[in-house]
Amino acid sequence: MYVTHTFELPASTSTTVREELQFLPPSKLNIENVSKTFKTRTGPVQALDQVSLQVGEGEFVCLVGASGCGKSTLLNIIAGLEKPDSGTVTADGLRVSGPGRERLVMFQESALFPWLDVLGNVLFGLKMKPHLTSKDRKDVARYYLELVGLSKFERSNIHELSGGMKQRVALARALAPNPRMLLMDEPFAALDALTREQLYGDLQRIWESRRKTIIFVTHNVREAACLGDRVLLFSPHPGRIREEFIIKLPRPRDINSIHLAEYATRITGSLKGFKNGNGHIAE
Amino acid sequence: MKRLIFSILFFAGLVLIWDLVVRARIWSPVLLPSPVKVIEYLQTAVSDGTLWGAILITVRRLLIGYVIGLVGGIPLGLMTARWNVLHDTIGTLALGLTTLPSVCWVPLALLWFGQSEAAMLFVVVMGTLWSVVIATDTGVRHVPPIYRRAALTMGSKGFHIWLTVILPAAFPFIVSGMKQGWAFAWRSLMAAEIFVTILTGFGLGQLLHYGRELNAMDQVIAIMFIIVLIGLLADKTFFAPVERFLHRRWGTSQ
Repeated sequence: MYVTHTFELPASTSTTVREELQFLPPSKLNIENVSKTFKTRTGPVQALDQVSLQVGEGEFVCLVGASGCGKSTLLNIIAGLEKPDSGTVTADGLRVSGPGRERLVMFQESALFPWLDVLGNVLFGLKMKPHLTSKDRKDVARYYLELVGLSKFERSNIHELSGGMKQRVALARALAPNPRMLLMDEPFAALDALTREQLYGDLQRIWESRRKTIIFVTHNVREAACLGDRVLLFSPHPGRIREEFIIKLPRPRDINSIHLAEYATRITGSLKGFKNGNGHIAE
Repeated sequence: MKRLIFSILFFAGLVLIWDLVVRARIWSPVLLPSPVKVIEYLQTAVSDGTLWGAILITVRRLLIGYVIGLVGGIPLGLMTARWNVLHDTIGTLALGLTTLPSVCWVPLALLWFGQSEAAMLFVVVMGTLWSVVIATDTGVRHVPPIYRRAALTMGSKGFHIWLTVILPAAFPFIVSGMKQGWAFAWRSLMAAEIFVTILTGFGLGQLLHYGRELNAMDQVIAIMFIIVLIGLLADKTFFAPVERFLHRRWGTSQ
């Protein structure tokens, strides 16, 4: 059903590089009764209340909700960047206790390092793999730059790139260490509509060629319906998963298709029904 | 090219005006010697070796002290940024001491170390160290937390994050601190050399001092000129390329 591996490796590719690029089985994620409360100046805010969620291997799950509903907090907890007050997160049966490169995060604003060029950024995660030689690392990094269509820009400085290109580099950087799960925190929110549409296509293509489990946080309902196998709706104060939509549309999906619009309308309808759901929802 | 020509014309014009003022005989030539006199002094000082000797001694003192200041200041600044306890103690001390004109270290250095190289070095280190500490501390505190988080998820942690993320991210601040430290060190060393004659070597400051004692205005002006030249050279050959690199990478030029 899925196209595998759209890029041919050059014949000279070393075996370590081939191993490095092999397809690791995507992760399985299990979240049980996770709660998290933040202390703020106006008092405690319960960001997550008894949230449970199972994500299958290679599944593309979108978390949708108004701003402040705790979906980003959940993502950070899955990433290991924050600790839950109670409840557990296990990835492939192992408890998540801290950040690690099996679960890479791609952030909303580009978190690319301005002191490194494009190639240097993609290499960063690979430097933590001591068994690779520096040539191997470059081969791997270039493979991913080609995957996101930025081979020609490996020597560019970050500030020279457009917003869309930056997020492509960020995607390449997140993919390079071959994580089994990709966590994306509104990665396309700051981009213009046209660039975004292009990236929806790219992301679906890349996901199909390099099967990963993806958890994608967004407040854009259409985006979620376009990308996700499943769309989970969050309600704020306290953050809870309220509803689940399974999107049964063939891939690759076009953001402008009528079937997708039907799903989006239904999802938006549900979101509007939530109490306290007074945050902004993009259609 | 056009800018270079303008620049040359400007300095040639300055010398010309200077020469015209001397020819107008408004002031005694003892107080304002002609450019030719100054160049003549430089020629003799170069040929008998005094000038090179003095430059070598001064620059060596400066570089040794400066490097010690950097090697001490950058880690210290990282530490004050990392631990609030150190920020409130050493950081506050550093902030206080940067406001102290570095010339003020000279009397203390003399009493502690006597008329020795150690006194010179101490003054230079004190001039450099504190501004580097402050700049590094400020730089680290301005690093966006998202860089750290991104690095954490890519498997970097602890010392590795400090070395490969925090330090380079703070680099623009550190460079401006290094530049300030350089200026402070240069000023304080000149003050120390003018104040103190030490037998282990005559630096530029001492030549300046003897120029005054001998009423040799050509020497005074010539040495001042050399001091300015060294300052400019350090900026153009070291700091300017580094800053150009930073501007290019970060996209902060113009």
